[in-house]
Amino acid sequence: MSREFTPALKERIEGVLAHYPNKQAGLLPVLRLVQSEKGFISAEDERIVAVLLGLRPIKVREVVTFYTLFARKPLGKFHIQVCSNLSCSLSGGEKILEHLKARLGIRIGQTTPDGKYTLTEVECLGACEQAPCMMVNFDYYGNLDPEKIDRILEGLK
Amino acid sequence: MNEKVLTQNFGLDHLFRIEVYLEQGGYRAAKKALTEWKPEQVLEEVKKASLRGRGGAGFSAGLKWGFVPKKTDKPKYLCVNADEGEPGTFKDRYILSHNPHLLIEGIVIASYAVGIHDAYVYIRGEYEVIALRLEQAIAEAYGQGYLGKNILGSGFDLDLYVHRGAGAYICGEETALLESLEGKRGNPRLKPPFPASVGLFQNPTVINNVETLANVPFIILNGAAWFLAKGLPNDGGTRIFGVSGAVNKPGIYELPVGTSLREIIFTHAGGLKPGRKLKAVIPGGMSSPILKAEEIDIKMDVDSVAAAGSMMGSAAIIVIDDRTPILEVLKKVAKFYAHESCGQCTPCRLGTNWILKIVKRMAEGKGEQGDADSLLRLAANIKGRTLCPMGDAAAMPVFSIAKKFKEELEASLKVKT
Ligand SMILES: Cc1cc2nc3c(=O)[nH]c(=O)nc-3n(C[C@H](O)[C@H](O)[C@H](O)COP(=O)(O)O)c2cc1C
Ligand code: SF4
Ligand code: FES
Repeated sequence: MSREFTPALKERIEGVLAHYPNKQAGLLPVLRLVQSEKGFISAEDERIVAVLLGLRPIKVREVVTFYTLFARKPLGKFHIQVCSNLSCSLSGGEKILEHLKARLGIRIGQTTPDGKYTLTEVECLGACEQAPCMMVNFDYYGNLDPEKIDRILEGLK
Repeated sequence: MNEKVLTQNFGLDHLFRIEVYLEQGGYRAAKKALTEWKPEQVLEEVKKASLRGRGGAGFSAGLKWGFVPKKTDKPKYLCVNADEGEPGTFKDRYILSHNPHLLIEGIVIASYAVGIHDAYVYIRGEYEVIALRLEQAIAEAYGQGYLGKNILGSGFDLDLYVHRGAGAYICGEETALLESLEGKRGNPRLKPPFPASVGLFQNPTVINNVETLANVPFIILNGAAWFLAKGLPNDGGTRIFGVSGAVNKPGIYELPVGTSLREIIFTHAGGLKPGRKLKAVIPGGMSSPILKAEEIDIKMDVDSVAAAGSMMGSAAIIVIDDRTPILEVLKKVAKFYAHESCGQCTPCRLGTNWILKIVKRMAEGKGEQGDADSLLRLAANIKGRTLCPMGDAAAMPVFSIAKKFKEELEASLKVKT
């Protein structure tokens, strides 16, 4: 598969850049577009973005590695991010992680061999009133317990 | 009497659609401000209202707006802080998802008061669904003439755009937010110069929290006196308290500024589960110093919480019960700050990691005599010695826990060795 950007992606990138007085300011949204189209940001993608935005490649690398939501390798089809911060752990968050690890047979940071699930431990997701909580891709799930997690996983398509 | 202001219509279906918002009287404040008032009048009214920042520092919004130079050739910017990364905080998520037009209206009025024509909302990357909703609301507002050129025939122009973060707590700090908006790593800047004079793209910039701006339309509609009467003379209005942890009814509670912490926990949030007792409270998000159970008879306003030795912060109240070992709390705090330090200053980068190392060994039962004192010393050495306030944010909770719960921490050492 070629990693060249499609005309459609390039057009979306142009659309984003129009909202900023210089191209560099568009770097985060542009990387986000690339990741949503390709699943992750490869070294080759970084170089293409650098050329498009007129930046030195190191500037793009710095940003990609600084922010936790940018992925440098493919993620599973379902990216499960479990909060392990205080409010969630006060409400049994530790159990949630243990359950997911056992059920998926992977450790934190790993992807299942079939490429279906990636498990990540994250800091506060801003949904502490629904503790313990997690995100699957961009959807929030709260007030979790092991049974609820099983039901959620079974419902993922 | 407890009347809600910001959250009063949150129960309505589809309040996030402009038709519903307009039916509730939405954009009347913007109309009043832009067509009947001069910018200086708006600024004066907000100053008089003692609207204090809802993002963390509690600084007066009116004063902050006043620091931006009036006459300048440079473009001025407004950056709305919707990063909401302080652990325990989730109130802005409610405003953004239930009533995005209220925020947009606040943005229009604030921008008019300061003479700003370009605004960005910096929203944390995880809030994807909410950001899409906000973008839809912005499109509706453009469509009906509340954003864009010549708003409501007033001659005032404003463009508004949503900028997504990508996962970094430090980007909630205002100068890191600016760096991030410029397409860089979120490394905080040295202050001064302050953003009011040198901010986004080196231009004068106002940075305000979502909830701060959401108050502005009500101040314009009802007046500063009304707003002050809702709260306290030096700290007007209501606050959206977010309560989480060991309570029966975690959630948001909009209450007058100055409501007692005890009342919030035991009356509004339903108290603790049967058989459990209150052990401690973190009153304003994770970076605020911890309060012991006997210290919660305080008013929740910026000055009172500071007088009690803690911080109102983002009004995120985390409740800890007697079944939670304090070491568990300390572990979460230490891990969070070690992870989130941007690494620019040595005391913050190294100090947070040394703290984590000590706390980890305590948690593994390998703690040593004097560890609690080491924590106190390390925290004291970070505080006040860093480029941005995150150093203090990391030091203060550790210091307060190690000091107030020293006996428990030391007892846990003895049991295990
Ligand atoms: C480490 C750190 C993180 C912060 N995170 C946030 C945040 O997520 N949201 C926010 O509004 N303010 C946050 N702040 C406070 C901002 O720096 C700034 O004071 C605030 O956005 C100003 O808006 P306000 O005056 O309306 O409160 C943070 C500050 C620090 C030091
Ligand atoms: S105090 Fe910490 S977060 Fe702030 S600039 Fe220094 S190293 Fe970075
Ligand atoms: S602590 Fe888990 S969402 Fe905030």
